[in-house]
Amino acid sequence: MDFDAIDLTIMRATQAGLPLVSQPYHAIAEQLNLPVEMVMARLTAMQKSGVIRRIGGVPNHYKLGYRFNGMTVWNVPDEHVDALGEQIGKLLFVSHCYHRPRHLPDWNYNLFAMVHGKSQDEVNQQIAQISALLGDFNLGNDVLYSTKILKKTGFRSGST
Amino acid sequence: MAKSYDDIDARLINHLQDGFPICDAPYLQVANELGLTESDVLKRLKNLLENGTLSRFGALYNAERMGGALTLAAIKVPEMDFENVTEIVNSFPEVAHNYARNHELNMWFVVATETPEQLAETLAAIEHQTGLRVYNMPKLNEYFIGLKLEA
Repeated sequence: MDFDAIDLTIMRATQAGLPLVSQPYHAIAEQLNLPVEMVMARLTAMQKSGVIRRIGGVPNHYKLGYRFNGMTVWNVPDEHVDALGEQIGKLLFVSHCYHRPRHLPDWNYNLFAMVHGKSQDEVNQQIAQISALLGDFNLGNDVLYSTKILKKTGFRSGST
Repeated sequence: MAKSYDDIDARLINHLQDGFPICDAPYLQVANELGLTESDVLKRLKNLLENGTLSRFGALYNAERMGGALTLAAIKVPEMDFENVTEIVNSFPEVAHNYARNHELNMWFVVATETPEQLAETLAAIEHQTGLRVYNMPKLNEYFIGLKLEA
């Protein structure tokens, strides 16, 4: 699908937030001076093609009390990474789960999972739970904690 | 800290991470699915956004699918150069977030550009200006984004 100027207009109108009114898509259509059928059809098409990951809420981990956030990284066999990633992504405390490239010999890890707990203890248990789930496929792991935010812009995306 | 949400809010937050309907009256549909009223759903959402429990409620776009490019990159920064390298990396408008982390790879940042070519150029420019190797770790696959609450 080509992402065109109308899609871009709709994107800008829906990215920051959907109107909290009974008929939000009608409100957006009115604001953009487009037929509501078109707005809904475009949004549906963008969702289908993956341009929109989903429409929904983004919880603020910190506000929810999850103050211990670890970037857990795992070395798993490449041929199993998709199946294992899907399983880890389903764990309630995992917010993001990605397959990323290794950089041998410095960086052996190919699976990343962000975990969130209310205490260090809880995070340690979560790591143990992932490790147990991976079983023999866990060829090594580590956890990185952020020690300082060096830059944070208003840039918004669901993922990296 | 007082909890900023109750059990019904938690169910609502979890439900909304599974996708929001595209139809004439989507809040009513969500309300029906959860056994709530439409006005209750709207009131709760407004409250969760106002008190910051939800950082936003809207469409999550995938930059890569729009032709844009995004990556996570890391650098091993010698401790004595940390401040200087931070300044260089942060000076790039393409760098969206940058975190110090407790690892030999101690600087992790997200780079977002309009095209894949610009992304490669930006990473090369960061390597050139810092004199340090940039480990590029773009996502090859993604399995889940969201956080489910116990309710």
